Amino acid sequence: MDSHQTPIVVEAEHLRKSFGDNHVLKDINLRLAKGENLAILGQSGTGKSVLIKCMVGLLFPDAGRLLVLGKDVADLDDRGLDEMRMKVGFLFQSGALYDSMTVRENLEFPIRRQMRSKSSAEISALVEESLENVGLSEAIDVMPVELSGGMRKRLGLARTLILKPEIMLYDEPTTGLDPITSRGISSLILEVQEKYNTTSIIVTHDLECTRIVANRVVMLEKGICVAEGTYEDLRQSNDPWVRSFFE
Amino acid sequence: MGKAGGIYHAAALNDFFKEVSYLALFTGRFFREVLPPPYELRQFIRQSYLIAFRSFPLVGITGFIMGLVLTIQTQPILTQFGAEAWLPAMVSLSLIREIGPVITALICAGEVSSSMGAELGSMKVTEQIDAMQVSGTNPFKYLVVTRVLAATLMVPLLVIIGDAVGLCGSFVGVNLNGNISLHLFFSKAMGTLNFSDLLPAFVKTFFFGFAIGLVGCFKGYYSSKGTEGVGKAANSAVVIASLLVFIIDMIAVQITSLFFSQA
Ligand SMILES: Nc1ncnc2c1ncn2[C@@H]1O[C@H](COP(=O)(O)OP(=O)(O)OP(=O)(O)O)[C@@H](O)[C@H]1O
Ligand SMILES: [Mg+2]
Repeated sequence: MDSHQTPIVVEAEHLRKSFGDNHVLKDINLRLAKGENLAILGQSGTGKSVLIKCMVGLLFPDAGRLLVLGKDVADLDDRGLDEMRMKVGFLFQSGALYDSMTVRENLEFPIRRQMRSKSSAEISALVEESLENVGLSEAIDVMPVELSGGMRKRLGLARTLILKPEIMLYDEPTTGLDPITSRGISSLILEVQEKYNTTSIIVTHDLECTRIVANRVVMLEKGICVAEGTYEDLRQSNDPWVRSFFE
Repeated sequence: MGKAGGIYHAAALNDFFKEVSYLALFTGRFFREVLPPPYELRQFIRQSYLIAFRSFPLVGITGFIMGLVLTIQTQPILTQFGAEAWLPAMVSLSLIREIGPVITALICAGEVSSSMGAELGSMKVTEQIDAMQVSGTNPFKYLVVTRVLAATLMVPLLVIIGDAVGLCGSFVGVNLNGNISLHLFFSKAMGTLNFSDLLPAFVKTFFFGFAIGLVGCFKGYYSSKGTEGVGKAANSAVVIASLLVFIIDMIAVQITSLFFSQA
């Protein structure tokens, strides 16, 4: 296995997280090597979003260890968290667009906040480039409410990718999109991986997307990882529950 | 039934104290985060502009009507006592000391607190606040500190505007049944006002503004999920902010009479 040479960028050990009596994550163990695309599959409500939210410090695990880029998230102070977040991109399931800002301002927001040395011309070039990547160039001066659901999703993606993070966490990047746009997003995720050697976690229900982008797949069920392997491994798994997911 | 009612009351009381303690924590966090840099100056200016702009029409209209009505209602009484010359002074005193600040603050509680509650609430529900956090921006500084500061400074400004428009309304009221020049009216209205009338009235408006901004942001920032949560946040922000305005006013009266009663 070559994972001995490539550094581990995300590592979860016996991770637990509950909300009151609702035990969402019970025992999560994960290792993610640099440059790898990991897909997380699982039914609605199994805690996939909660798991990746822990990785950017939006939620904090109750027990266990969670190392992101070599640092334990639970030990980081606000400043440490901000430094870590500069290297980790997060695509929200709902898009989380700033609806009081135009499309352009949405994209400028993370750049102006994190790369203060950039000139206006550079920022503007970056914004246009990233909109082009997701096919939204014509919508640059529109308010987010005027966009369709799929366009909002793509804008959210553009806003996350604009900082070229080392680790990308995609929360259902293709859900609710038509097959053609979905495939476009999937190839964009692959392209990001190849171009910048980005490490990604893709939470998804979309098997087509999983097949295209994932080097490895982990399946979550009731707060534990029940299966792990390549797309083909899992599709031909002996476990009927795992197989049923791929039918 | 009695027992169930008792439990219900206990739970409500418990909720009340929880709410108060969260609000206290929120206030504490505001003071911790207000001083250290970075400063979100642009947001602060934008919010100040929005508050002033949004509340100005209603504050103006209400102020004018208050001045007018107060004058028309006071006039016959003063005439009975042959003290009609005191009309401008009396109206300006009650307008500037009490009615102007309280009415303006109540209007701002309605306009500003509710819109802050709704705005931050929907940002919370749609994960925009989380998105800011992930972009390396402290959402508390960017959203809450700027809004609270803006309200603290803009409400006093709106009170001054409301008072001024109110005096104009009073001038019109006096002229409905009589004749007085603008110059004479204002010299009578202002002549009797002294420092101990103006200062406490002005100082308390900063507290009104602070409470209005703080409660609106608090309710929005901790709004529960869903559209219903946003509506509730906006609604309870108005109720609590209005209540706080009266409580602060009451405290202000006590303190003022303590310091200025000898005069
Ligand atoms: N902030 C929160 N407070 C309380 N409970 C939460 C919170 N976030 C998530 N949960 C609970 O955690 C559980 C898992 O939620 P999560 O959003 O991670 O599901 P998911 O696997 O992403 O599902 P989906 O595929 O539908 O997005 C749910 O039962 C949810 O109610
Ligand atoms: Mg989810």
